[in-house]
Amino acid sequence: MHDVTATLFLEQLLNGLQLGTMLFLMASGLTLVFGVMGLINLAHGSFYMVGAYATASVTAATGSFLVGLSAGIVAAAAVGALVELLVIRRLYHRPHLDQVLATFALILIFSEGTRWLFGSSPLWLSPPEMLTGFVTLPGGARYPLYRLVIIAVGVLVAIGLYLLISRTRLGMRIRAGESDREMIGALGVNIARLYTLIFAMGAALAGLAGAMVGALQSVQVGMGEPVLILAFVVIVIGGIGSIKGALFGAILVGVVDTMGRVFLPGFFRHFMSPAEAAGVGSAVAAMLVYILMALILAFKPKGLFAAHG
Amino acid sequence: MKTIASLGLGLLMTSALTAAQADDVKIGMITTLSGGGSHLGVDVRDGFMLAIEQSGRDDIEVLIQDDANRPDLARSLSDEFMQRDNVDILTGIIWSNLAMAVVPAAVRQGTFYISPNAGPSALAGRQCHENYFNVAWQNDNLHEAMGAYMKEEGFERPILMAPNYPAGTDALAGFKHRYEGEVVDEIYTQMGQTDYAAEIAQIRASDADSLFFFLPGGMGISFMKQYENSGVELPLFGAAFSFDEIIIQAVGSAAIGTMNTSQWAYDLDNDANRAFVDSFREAYDRTPTLYASQGFDSANLILSALEKAHPSDQDAFREALREADFASVRGKFRFGDNHHPIQDVYVREVVEGENGQPTNRLVGLAIEDIQDVYAVDCQM
Repeated sequence: MHDVTATLFLEQLLNGLQLGTMLFLMASGLTLVFGVMGLINLAHGSFYMVGAYATASVTAATGSFLVGLSAGIVAAAAVGALVELLVIRRLYHRPHLDQVLATFALILIFSEGTRWLFGSSPLWLSPPEMLTGFVTLPGGARYPLYRLVIIAVGVLVAIGLYLLISRTRLGMRIRAGESDREMIGALGVNIARLYTLIFAMGAALAGLAGAMVGALQSVQVGMGEPVLILAFVVIVIGGIGSIKGALFGAILVGVVDTMGRVFLPGFFRHFMSPAEAAGVGSAVAAMLVYILMALILAFKPKGLFAAHG
Repeated sequence: MKTIASLGLGLLMTSALTAAQADDVKIGMITTLSGGGSHLGVDVRDGFMLAIEQSGRDDIEVLIQDDANRPDLARSLSDEFMQRDNVDILTGIIWSNLAMAVVPAAVRQGTFYISPNAGPSALAGRQCHENYFNVAWQNDNLHEAMGAYMKEEGFERPILMAPNYPAGTDALAGFKHRYEGEVVDEIYTQMGQTDYAAEIAQIRASDADSLFFFLPGGMGISFMKQYENSGVELPLFGAAFSFDEIIIQAVGSAAIGTMNTSQWAYDLDNDANRAFVDSFREAYDRTPTLYASQGFDSANLILSALEKAHPSDQDAFREALREADFASVRGKFRFGDNHHPIQDVYVREVVEGENGQPTNRLVGLAIEDIQDVYAVDCQM
C-alpha cells in the first residue's frame, strides 16, 4: 500500500510539473507583454488556439508532426505580430479598461473566425508515433513519454528565455523596457519594433503550448480561455512582469492544482461518505489555486517576485 | 446546408411580406449553434429541417435562433418567440440548465414545447406538464442502460467518472440505479476540464476492472486521447454522449474498442432509419449523430400531430402528440404518462470503419422498454 501511494505521488508530481511547464509557456508571454508594454492582453489564449489549429491542419496535410509544430509556432508568431501592428499598437496609451475591452473583442473575432474557417467540430491531432507509448518510472508505474517530452520542452524554453534576457542585447532592451519605458525610447531604441518583437515572441510561446497540448486534448474553438485564466493566476502569484515569477508561479499552480484534484477527495473521505467526499473534494480542488493566490497576495501583495520593486 | 438556410430565410421573408395565413404553423427553435458543444445543436437543427423539407409542407414556418449555450439568452429568445412571433411550438434546446430556464415558463403560457435533447429529471417528475413532450430521453436513461449492461456482462469493480455538475451527478446516480453493485470509486472532475493525467493515475492506482465515464463534448475527446497513451488498459464504457460520430473521429484510434449505450444507431435496421441516414448523408455529406436523429424524430412527431389538428386546438393537438403516430428512426416509440419516451436502448461498439476512421457499430440490446424513474412523481 505504501508503495502504491509513493508511485502515485511521484506520478502526480510529474503531472503537476507538466501542467506547470505548459502554464509557464503561456504565462511568460503574458507577463512580458504586461511588464514591458503595460498591456493587459486577454487575446493571448487565441494565440494558443491559433498554434493548435495550425499544427493540426499542417500535420494532417503533411503527415509530419514536427512540420506541423513549426508551422503552429510560426503561425502564432505571425498572427501575434499582425495583431500588434493593427490593433494593440493603438492601445498602449489607453487605460487598462479599454485594453480589456479591445482584446476581449479580439477573442470573439478569433473564435468566430476559426469557426468560420474550420467549422465547429474539434480537429484531430495526436502526438507523433515515436513519442507515443510510455516509460516505466521507478516504483513500476508507467508514465506517458509525450508528457515527459512536454516537461523537457518547457525546461528548455525556460533556460532559453533566461539566456535571452540576461545575455543578449535584445534581453537588455527588454529589461530596460521593464524598468523605464520612456528612457529607452529617448536612448534611440526603436520601441515600436521592440514591442512587435516581444509581442510576437509571446504569441509564439502560446502557440507552442497550444500545439503541444492540442495533441493531448481536443483542438477546438475556445480552448485557450480556460488556460488563459490559469495563466493570469500564475503571473499574479509570480509577480507581474517577472519571468522568474512566471516560472515559479506556473510550477506552483501546476503542482497544487494536480495534487488537490487527486488527494483532496481522499482527505475529505476521513469524515464524510465517499460520494459526498468526491463532490466536496472536487469542488474545493477547483478553488484551490484561487485560495493559494489569495493567500500569497495577502502576504505579498505584489506577488512572489515583483518586477518593479 | 445552404438550401435549408435559404429556405428558412425565404420563409421568414415571405411571412414578413404577406400576412401569415391563420392556419399556418410557427415553430420557434432555440438551439446551441456557437460556442462549446455547438455540433449538438447543428445536428438537431439539420435533422429537424430535413424532416420539414421532406414533408413538402409550405405552411410551416421554422424560426431558428442560437442560444450560444447561455440560459439568459435562451430565456429572452423564448420570450421573443412567444410574444413577438406568436409561435405555436417551441423546440431545440440542447442543455438541461437552459431547458430549466425556458420550458416551465413557456408551457405555463400555453405554448407547446417538444424537447429534441435535454431531459432534466425535474421536468419528467414533479414539474411535468401536459404541453411538454420529450422525444429524446430522460437524462438518466442511457446511463441506466449501461449500468444494466455492465452488470449483465459480469463486471464487478467499475470505477465511475463524471464532471461535477447536475447532469454529471445524475449520470452516476442513473448508472448505480441499475448496476446495483459496489463501485470501486467515483471521481468527479471539473466542468470543461482538459487534462486528465491526475484522474488517470488514480484509475491506475485503483483495482477496478472497468471504467464508466460521462464526459460530453471536448472533455471526452481530451480524456480518451490521454487515456490511450497512459498504459492503463481497463475497458471503457459510457453513454452515447461521449461517443457520437464527431467526437470519436476527433479522438481517432483511441476510441476503438469502447462501448456505449444509445437509443439509436445509424446502422439500426428499419426502413425509416435507412431512409433517414441516406437522405441525411446526401443533404449534409456526413453521418448523422444521435442528436440529428432526435431532431428528425421531433419534427416528424410534430408533423404527425399536425396532420390531425392545429396547435390552436390545444386539446386535440396534445392528444395527437401523445399518440406518437410517426415512423421513428428508432423503430418502436411511445410516450409514457409523463410524455417521456418508453424505448429500447442499444449497445454500440466503436470499430474501425471502411475509411479507417472510427465509427459506431450496433452490438445489441442493452435494455428493453426503459422508462425513467421520475414518471411516478408526475401528476398531470
